[in-house]
Amino acid sequence: MIARREPSPLARTTTGFLFVAMVCWIFADIAISTADPWREFGLLLKGIVTPDFYSTNSLGLALAYTLAFALLGVALANIFGFGLALIFHSRTVRVGCAFIRSIHELFWALIFLQMFGLSPLTGVLAIAIPYAGIIAKVYAEILEEADQRPLSAIPVGAGRASTFLFVRLPDAWAHFRNYSMYRLECGLRSSAVLGFIGLPTLGFHLETAFKEGYYSEVSALLILFYLVIATMRIWMKKPLLPVYLVAAAAILPWGVAFSWSNVSRFFTVDIVPYPLRVGGDGSIAAFGDWLVMMLFDQAWPGMVATFQLTMIALVATGFLTLIFFPLISPLLLGRAARTGGHTFLVIVRSTPEYILAFVLLNLWGPSMLPAIVALSLHNAAIIGHLIGRYTETVQLRLDAVKGANRYFYEVLPRVYRPMLALLFYRWEVILRETAILGILGIATLGFYVDSAFADLRFDRALLLILITAMLNICVDTISRSIRSRLRLQTTLEQR
Amino acid sequence: MKFRTILVAAAVIALPVLSATQANAAEGFVFTAIPDQDESQLRKRFDKVAKYLSKTLSTKVEYVPVKSYSAAVTAFRNNQVQLAWFGGLSGVRARGLVKGSKAIAQGKADPNFETYFIANASTGLTLSKEFPKEIAGKTFTFGSKGSTSGRLMPEFHIRKAFGKVPQQVFSRVGFSGNHSRTVALVQSGAYEVGATNFKVWKKGIKNGTIDPKKVRVIWKTPGYPDYNWSIRGDVDKTFGQGFAEKVQSALISMKDPDLLSSFPRASFIPAKNSDYAPIKDTAKLLGLID
Repeated sequence: MIARREPSPLARTTTGFLFVAMVCWIFADIAISTADPWREFGLLLKGIVTPDFYSTNSLGLALAYTLAFALLGVALANIFGFGLALIFHSRTVRVGCAFIRSIHELFWALIFLQMFGLSPLTGVLAIAIPYAGIIAKVYAEILEEADQRPLSAIPVGAGRASTFLFVRLPDAWAHFRNYSMYRLECGLRSSAVLGFIGLPTLGFHLETAFKEGYYSEVSALLILFYLVIATMRIWMKKPLLPVYLVAAAAILPWGVAFSWSNVSRFFTVDIVPYPLRVGGDGSIAAFGDWLVMMLFDQAWPGMVATFQLTMIALVATGFLTLIFFPLISPLLLGRAARTGGHTFLVIVRSTPEYILAFVLLNLWGPSMLPAIVALSLHNAAIIGHLIGRYTETVQLRLDAVKGANRYFYEVLPRVYRPMLALLFYRWEVILRETAILGILGIATLGFYVDSAFADLRFDRALLLILITAMLNICVDTISRSIRSRLRLQTTLEQR
Repeated sequence: MKFRTILVAAAVIALPVLSATQANAAEGFVFTAIPDQDESQLRKRFDKVAKYLSKTLSTKVEYVPVKSYSAAVTAFRNNQVQLAWFGGLSGVRARGLVKGSKAIAQGKADPNFETYFIANASTGLTLSKEFPKEIAGKTFTFGSKGSTSGRLMPEFHIRKAFGKVPQQVFSRVGFSGNHSRTVALVQSGAYEVGATNFKVWKKGIKNGTIDPKKVRVIWKTPGYPDYNWSIRGDVDKTFGQGFAEKVQSALISMKDPDLLSSFPRASFIPAKNSDYAPIKDTAKLLGLID
């Protein structure tokens, strides 16, 4: 008799996550509640093939603003992120960066709206702040993992500044540049989505057109958006960057009134919990009641739904990735089929998951299903792309099996570890996005945050945002410990 | 070289940020309106109102569109707009946040506004005098979370009828975002029942955007005070003594049916803060304001 082998830690982790996701699925609300979802879908398809570029007022301006917010936001984030990366060894900086990046740019924008109103500052800072936190972390990792050999070649007595400038920086610079390009792409997506809450970007018109069912207009807006992202490598040239930044700063309508009293009011009045703000006898007891009400009536159900949706979406992303990566893998498909695969993955991953979820919600009604599909499609397209590219480096034996056997016995075992590494890496991203989807009406934390903002109760909103941030930091920590325990590594190109 | 690029970038970014912090209040008189219906038409609807006010007040008047009810309130609070066309609830909230601000005008229909409960024809429900308790267990959509006729009043009547919060009464509760969308969602069957503003309903019937074979009114609420034009208390200081009164009379003397159809109202009449006390009390009762 053969002794039963202990399951590997990798298999155990996989089974564990599958099990949790299945339990979440059982309790999840995944109904399609619209009476005739396919009719609406038909109208949408009809709109998609008949784009109308002339019905949106000031379409060019919306496009310009989308670019301007993204460029300025990402540029600012780069400057601050780079500075923070240099002092990333400080614990305070690390924790601070983890905190600012755990709050989604839409939440930042909702906060800044209260202080600056519809001023460009709102949009620029909403992108710059969370991105600075992300960039700081990635740049710090790049510097840490850079080739150490040049360091041993420097002469004795070289100053710290010149060591950094001439030895460490040149090696990391190319990585910084590549990563900045990727961040700019993310920035364009974020900038477009900021329109959903009132900034004058493409999302502003997209949301309206969708809500009113003007799908030809929707189609035109989306096509423009894809074009901007697809041509980014052509128009984004280094010598032109200063020109773009000046132009971006020039076109934004900075004339909107700004007052420090609005800013200080936010910190000293608005976010002070209501019972403490009114004060008086028993305000401490009232604050206790307020806190209990917030935690049990809003934060807890919101957290449960957020976690539930995140886990289902994470595992669904894994399954979809298994289907998506072969689409561009030379080990499994021919050249013609791969071109189609590339196009498909580019479109799916360029569409912000927020917009994808919004579309599906309109078709199917508000349950977790649209969110699950949107999150897993978008993330699987990203991971599928990276894994597909990874398979280009894999060498199979000349007599390796073909077809399904090749997929299951040759390719899958080789890509499984990197795939899991990426999945765990994106776990936190999925959670952040899950929370924000609540704004669209799914009962995750974002739903309660949005309700608090709608009621102009900023004390409640801020408490819920802080709780969302804590949840995010927890998941990030767990994910990191799983990755290090299973020795799953992501390379620089994959972040 | 690289650092110079960064330096240039820093300067480029710092300049407008700094200049923005020093910028004073935008020149001219600015107003907004809650995006309660036909969002794609907002500019078309209100730019002509801005033109009318510019002419009547002999001051430059601008309209800025906002995406949500709360954004309208925030803009008013932050003095980025000095005048706003609010709903009952958003007006109460806005005036609560800006000392000295007042409601100066309302539509002729607003002292006695109504919410219509509407249902998809497939439910088989028809117009009734009594609150239709048969809607329990169906899917239901409000308008915006901050709407008076699309949220506050219907929720009040639902709670009164069932003694429970809407989430416990219906199998699914949604917030469509605005009134015309509520009608569209109930008409398409995305939701079985909804609550909408009676003015928007009547306009839709007249324009033919509502198909009475697919969606119908099943109950009408008793009247309550709703929409209002509210103005900040400090406009007299900024725009000259008696400016608020001038704005009030400009609104009330608006006679052009094309302009009035933007709201849609037959005409405007004077209003005062105390007209909206019932809305404030109801909102407190439902826990929508502290």
